[in-house]
Amino acid sequence: MDVEILARLQFAFTIAFHYIYPPLSIGLGVLLVVMEGMYLKTGNKEYERMTKFWVKVFALIFAIGVATGIVMEFEFGTNWATYSRYVGDIFGSALAAEGIFAFFLESGFLAILVFGWNKVSPKIHFLSTIMVSFGSMLSAVWIVVANSWQQTPAGYHIVGEGLNARAEITDFWQMVFNPSSMERLSHVLSGAWLAGAFFVLSVSAYYIIKNRHVEISKKAVKIALSLAIFASLFQLFTGHKSAVGISENQPAKLAAFEAHYDSSAPGTLYLFGWVNEDKQEVNFGIGLPGFLSYLIYGDFNTPVKGLNSFPEDQRPPVNIVFQTYHMMVAIGMGLIGISLFGAFLWWRGKLFDYKWYLYILMFSVLLPQIANQIGWVSAEVGRQPWIVYGLLRTSDALSKTVDANQILFSLILFIIIYLLLFVLFIFLLNEKIKHGPDDSDDTSSEYAHSKQLFSTN
Amino acid sequence: MEFTFDLNTIWFILIGVLLTGYAFLDGFDLGVGAIHLFIKGDNNRRISINAIGPVWDGNEVWLVTGGGALFAAFPHVYATVFSGFYNAFMLLIFMLIFRAVAIEFRSKQPMQWWRNMWDRAFSISSILIAFLMGVSIGNIITGVPIGPDKEFAGTFLGMLTPYTIMVGITTVALFMMHGSIYLTMKTEGDLHETIRTWVNNAIIFFVIMYTTTTMATLIYYPNMTKHFVENPGLFIIAILNMLAIANIPRVIQRRKDFFAFLSSGAVIASLLVLFAIGIFPNLVLSNPNPEYSLNIYNAASSQKTLQIMLTIAMIGVPFVLAYTVSIYWVFRGKVKIDSSSY
Ligand code: HDD
Ligand code: HEM
Ligand code: HEM
Repeated sequence: MDVEILARLQFAFTIAFHYIYPPLSIGLGVLLVVMEGMYLKTGNKEYERMTKFWVKVFALIFAIGVATGIVMEFEFGTNWATYSRYVGDIFGSALAAEGIFAFFLESGFLAILVFGWNKVSPKIHFLSTIMVSFGSMLSAVWIVVANSWQQTPAGYHIVGEGLNARAEITDFWQMVFNPSSMERLSHVLSGAWLAGAFFVLSVSAYYIIKNRHVEISKKAVKIALSLAIFASLFQLFTGHKSAVGISENQPAKLAAFEAHYDSSAPGTLYLFGWVNEDKQEVNFGIGLPGFLSYLIYGDFNTPVKGLNSFPEDQRPPVNIVFQTYHMMVAIGMGLIGISLFGAFLWWRGKLFDYKWYLYILMFSVLLPQIANQIGWVSAEVGRQPWIVYGLLRTSDALSKTVDANQILFSLILFIIIYLLLFVLFIFLLNEKIKHGPDDSDDTSSEYAHSKQLFSTN
Repeated sequence: MEFTFDLNTIWFILIGVLLTGYAFLDGFDLGVGAIHLFIKGDNNRRISINAIGPVWDGNEVWLVTGGGALFAAFPHVYATVFSGFYNAFMLLIFMLIFRAVAIEFRSKQPMQWWRNMWDRAFSISSILIAFLMGVSIGNIITGVPIGPDKEFAGTFLGMLTPYTIMVGITTVALFMMHGSIYLTMKTEGDLHETIRTWVNNAIIFFVIMYTTTTMATLIYYPNMTKHFVENPGLFIIAILNMLAIANIPRVIQRRKDFFAFLSSGAVIASLLVLFAIGIFPNLVLSNPNPEYSLNIYNAASSQKTLQIMLTIAMIGVPFVLAYTVSIYWVFRGKVKIDSSSY
């Protein structure tokens, strides 16, 4: 296999694995703030136990997020050296800002959040929880800004020519507020809230079904469901904003989202389908003719720029982008449905009366995770063949000194190590969930601790 | 080369400060890891891990931020070194993963084999991380083959010479000393007395390695001394470095562990300053063709970016220092195991 494929596989694999964890911690972070806030406000011990339980889960998730994040930080240099030289002037400052503003904040206050229960006053502890949550969102800010810049570059000029060309910054704020950064950032954050909300919903629904920790779990469901209702609707709103932005800034990507080839025709909005890339048509599809034009231009008849107006070597792979995009949207609709139905049951005072609904909540934890992953796939593959849109091709961005065997070998090691990590993560998470919130959480006594250590649940 | 205090020089210094902060702080985490297997008994090992438990992640962020700052300020160095030393960096990354996971997972299960396994992972990864960092520093001193296109032209095995291995071992010894002193501040009772005896051994180990490496540097890499020859005033740093080393056994004897810790921190900082002065203004020396070296000018980002980053640093650093100090204040004193511990 050649260096390019391997380097792309390695990047995709490592970032996708990293991206299992940050959305969970960003989402859980917000919920922790609410849970601990409720505890401080009401003084109800159940909120305290709930908070302490989820803090432990949070710490586990966070640790793996950190371990896999380090990889990403170095991988630009190891595998994409030419890219690093090209964008260092711009991308580097966002990455450094992430370190200075976000990671220090997060990791510092995390220490108090996890280990500081008996060391600081409840108010300071609450402040730390807020800071950790805030910090985790800040890290999303900088990394998404950097990624958005390479989707829709702004505030730069090109210096040098040919192999020596590189982008240099001309306007920092234009770089930060590039045409896609705000809508993508809000979409990413809200996707993370969904991941956190459905995670808490799932575990709590499981407890209610098993008739354990029922009172705590009912309270947790209400907190998480509120976030889910908001975030699922917000997700649709920001996703729509993104799509409209893409129609202006990355028309080839939008055309790939909907497999739209013919520039003179209004755009069809497909519900699903299978793209035959050779014949340039959608098979087995159901679509709403003109709806794509309507969503973008507010008019059913306006033509939408199609793939045919781009040279062959400037089109992304269509079917994979089409599939991932449609699955993400389908899941988004599904999550809205689940959340709004929950809101309806809650309003009728029957939120916990239907086992089948609890089962849905229990299994729905996978949906935001899948949507987050494939959302990135559609965004990133849809940008191909460019790594920096319209400026630098992915195939030109590789490291010149690294050969295929080196990448292959490290890729195999990554796969082995990450699979092991994942199995261990699931195992430990499962133990924590089986153990549940401590009924007698007497944090200061050694005895309580050894009891908890040696009993398995 | 004429010394001018411009943005490039400021960033050379700032990255030095970030990496020094990293070596000072994560240095003791790595040192605790390196001696972890010598500590006997499950409870003692838990104390050792919990001594760094709340802080190691924040300490590692100095490395993450240093890497980001290097990417931003000197992208050519970031690109050349990381892709050129590919295998070494991959090994480093894997070890950083293992360490993080070992600390987090070790005490989550009561089984003996489980705990032994993670204890080993913790210790071996800590030692290798320190060693690899030392080897990288060694390679920067000896210089590496770089072509006119700024690309690395050497091999992985070429990085491992007797000299660079020696710098690697010296780094491990340095961190062992630093880590064992840190543990004396965090432990009490029998464990404390045992570790106190190790501090002396670690100092001896370090001093032997350090003297040998210094002699080798002076003999084989006299280029490292040229600024000192030109500006004899700089020699004071070498003297301070010696005094800091000599101070450690003195204060350890008097049970002033905190001062011993500050002294070993001063040793680390002064060593890095000596190193930085030695290589300035180069970041990566090209050997055999020195004209291809990456220096703070030909490897840098635009002046505009350096300026923006300086603003970011000036806003951010006071916050970073404030968190760091307050976290260490909250977790000061001896380790007590409770239900939120590892
Ligand atoms: C800050 C930058 C950044 C961020 C946050 C992401 N990516 Fe990305 N991605 C890149 C920066 C990047 C890149 C460096 O630009 C790559 C490497 C090669 C390429 O084409 O773009 C890339 C490629 C790339 C590819 C390979 C594309 C191809 O086959 O051509 C996939 C599947 C993903 N990414 C998936 C993801 C996922 C699932 C992410 C979820 C978090 C993600 N990316 C976040
Ligand atoms: C290629 C892109 C990325 C790089 C280079 C990267 C880098 C890193 C690094 C180095 C860490 C560890 C920091 C520490 O030691 O504390 C980390 C953790 C984290 N990252 Fe990423 N990251 C990337 C993508 C993302 C994305 C897309 C998000 C969110 C939308 C994100 C959010 C976080 C968060 C919240 C953490 C803290 C750990 C956690 O909560 O799991 N990162 N990342
Ligand atoms: C409700 C319907 C949804 C719509 C209309 C929608 C729309 C979009 C669009 C247009 C993009 C591409 C942005 C780009 O390429 O710049 C995108 C990306 C993405 N989506 Fe969605 N989305 C929806 C639901 C979801 C859900 C439910 C999640 C996860 C919980 C999610 C997570 C993501 C992620 C992580 C990305 C990549 C980051 C980005 O590019 O913004 N999306 N989405």
